[in-house]
Amino acid sequence: MIMGAPAKLESIYGLLAEFEQADAVVDAAHKAYAAGYRQMNAYTPFPLEGLSEALGQKPTRLPWLVLIGGLVGGSAAYFMLYYASVVSYPLNVGGRPLHSWPAFIPITFEMTVLGAAFAAFFGMLALNGLPHPNHPLFAVPAFSLATRDRFFLCIQVRDPLFDIERTKHFLEELTPRVHEVQP
Amino acid sequence: MSRRRRPKQQTGSHRETGRPAAGASSSETSAVLGPGHTFASVTDQISAIVLTRKTSRGWIFGFAISFTLMMAFLYATAYLFARGIGIWGTTIPVGWAFPIVNFVWWIGIGHAGTLISAVLLLLHQEWRTSINRFAEAMTLFAVSCAGLFPLLHMGRPWVFYWMLPYPNTMDLWPNFRSPLVWDVFAVMTYFTVSILFWYMGLIPDMATLRDRTKNRFGQIVYGMMALGWRGSAAHWQRYEVAYLLMAGLATPLVVSVHSIVGMDFAASILPGWHTTFSPPFFVAGAIFSGFAMVTTLMIPLRSIYALQDFVTLRHLENMAKVILATGSMMFYGYAAELFFAYYSGNEFERYMTINRVLGPYGWSYWALIACNVLTPQILWSRRMRRCVPVLFVVSLIVNVGMWLERFIIVIVSLHRDFLPSSWRMYYPTLWDITHFVGSIGLFFTLLFLFVRLLPVISIFELRSLVHETDEEE
Repeated sequence: MIMGAPAKLESIYGLLAEFEQADAVVDAAHKAYAAGYRQMNAYTPFPLEGLSEALGQKPTRLPWLVLIGGLVGGSAAYFMLYYASVVSYPLNVGGRPLHSWPAFIPITFEMTVLGAAFAAFFGMLALNGLPHPNHPLFAVPAFSLATRDRFFLCIQVRDPLFDIERTKHFLEELTPRVHEVQP
Repeated sequence: MSRRRRPKQQTGSHRETGRPAAGASSSETSAVLGPGHTFASVTDQISAIVLTRKTSRGWIFGFAISFTLMMAFLYATAYLFARGIGIWGTTIPVGWAFPIVNFVWWIGIGHAGTLISAVLLLLHQEWRTSINRFAEAMTLFAVSCAGLFPLLHMGRPWVFYWMLPYPNTMDLWPNFRSPLVWDVFAVMTYFTVSILFWYMGLIPDMATLRDRTKNRFGQIVYGMMALGWRGSAAHWQRYEVAYLLMAGLATPLVVSVHSIVGMDFAASILPGWHTTFSPPFFVAGAIFSGFAMVTTLMIPLRSIYALQDFVTLRHLENMAKVILATGSMMFYGYAAELFFAYYSGNEFERYMTINRVLGPYGWSYWALIACNVLTPQILWSRRMRRCVPVLFVVSLIVNVGMWLERFIIVIVSLHRDFLPSSWRMYYPTLWDITHFVGSIGLFFTLLFLFVRLLPVISIFELRSLVHETDEEE
């Protein structure tokens, strides 16, 4: 099946199937996964439950990043408070303890939240590979409807099972509209 | 903008939460979404507000007024920097006055945005979808206004960075045991997290606008802001997790911020400030005033931009219920204050309370009771909750009442302290008023720009809502 001209394979990014119904794209994702395709992604105007699992995508590691971000923020803040109040600038106020931890809690809490929020926001972008202003898919005119009311499934050329004719045939059985995506 | 014709017969009875009230016009719906909407119709209608709708005369007029007030704010600020805070009426014993009142008022208003978007998201309240974007923007702008006042109040705002811990040649640290320093961290964290949360919500909608706009400049700007969002399943999966986590983080944050503002007062020894119940009382007040402000802004917005299908009577009624509930908490707070003063047996505490109620500023206390306690009681009536003009007036009165509350806490507590020889009346100057009114101008300027340039309702969440309602059918 890879006897087709490799040059031709390189000339496209993948095949993009267009669906009008949300259920159809989930269904197609299941079928494509069952057919053995792995290098594929679906594009929807809003998050669809079960789609990511249907495509065989693993749950994201983002929560761990957020946890680490929060821990780093909180411990850095507490260390700073401790260092300032006990080591760098000890101030004896009526013999009260220098390491007055209850007074350190609010700032520690705020910095924990800040660290975790930064991790959530920038972690999400980084894992998603954003910002990424241009992408081959944007060249497909119909793809602009992915942010309106259409649902797409793209099988990429780098999938080992990808064969322009067979994959096209496979997708055309699911939907009448299949676009070639130029790289 | 051409409004989509909605097939009336599609009004599914399951979408109704009850029978339409007598006050509602026939086109108003009680569901969270008007009938007959599709993914395409919600996308087109919301994006058209930004992309194709002509800038209306009302917008230009409103923007011009707000912008003028903002300029007045800048003028007053320039004068303040030149002359110092002596231009204000702030004088000992009233060392905290209008700027602090405004600070607390604005930051309280900001809190509703976070609560609507974060807490209601965690509680799976689907009605939040149509108002969360706007409420978050309101948070951002209110916190911007709030943050300016302590800066201006510092006297030498250009050395504001002294509040931050940084390696300096003076070899000094801020006093980390002071709630005022906690406040710096709290407000800055709150502002940052609010921006991140708001922008994260905007990313998929920026992609929508990028794909809808025909204007090259718009394509570039919205395209840059969308960061290349493609809405892939992998994107959405991480996005939803991140959004949920951010909501989980913002919820305790919002409580902590106003608690710390409450501690600014509670940690002092002044009667009227020195109470342990300040933090929760401040948080309840923040929700109360914030929901009132959202209602005040949403009612005109939905009629100007014909958003009755998205911000329905159901939303207004729910907000009215929150106002009523938090208003009752405020009532409890006022009653508790009186009881504390009586039960403390402390003469200063008792005098402060008597002075608050019957002293020279007694009018403000009774106005407060009228605004915050009596007025919201009208919302017990379902008919009134669903009567839009009544709700608008109530929300305005609550905004005034909450400002008065901060006035009473800050100024009336200070003006007669422990030593009768130092008692003095406080009178705001023209500059105090200019800064206050000007900050409202700044708030509305930002809000007008937001309404004109960005989608006021989260489009992708509306599409999700359409999908969910379709599945129910």
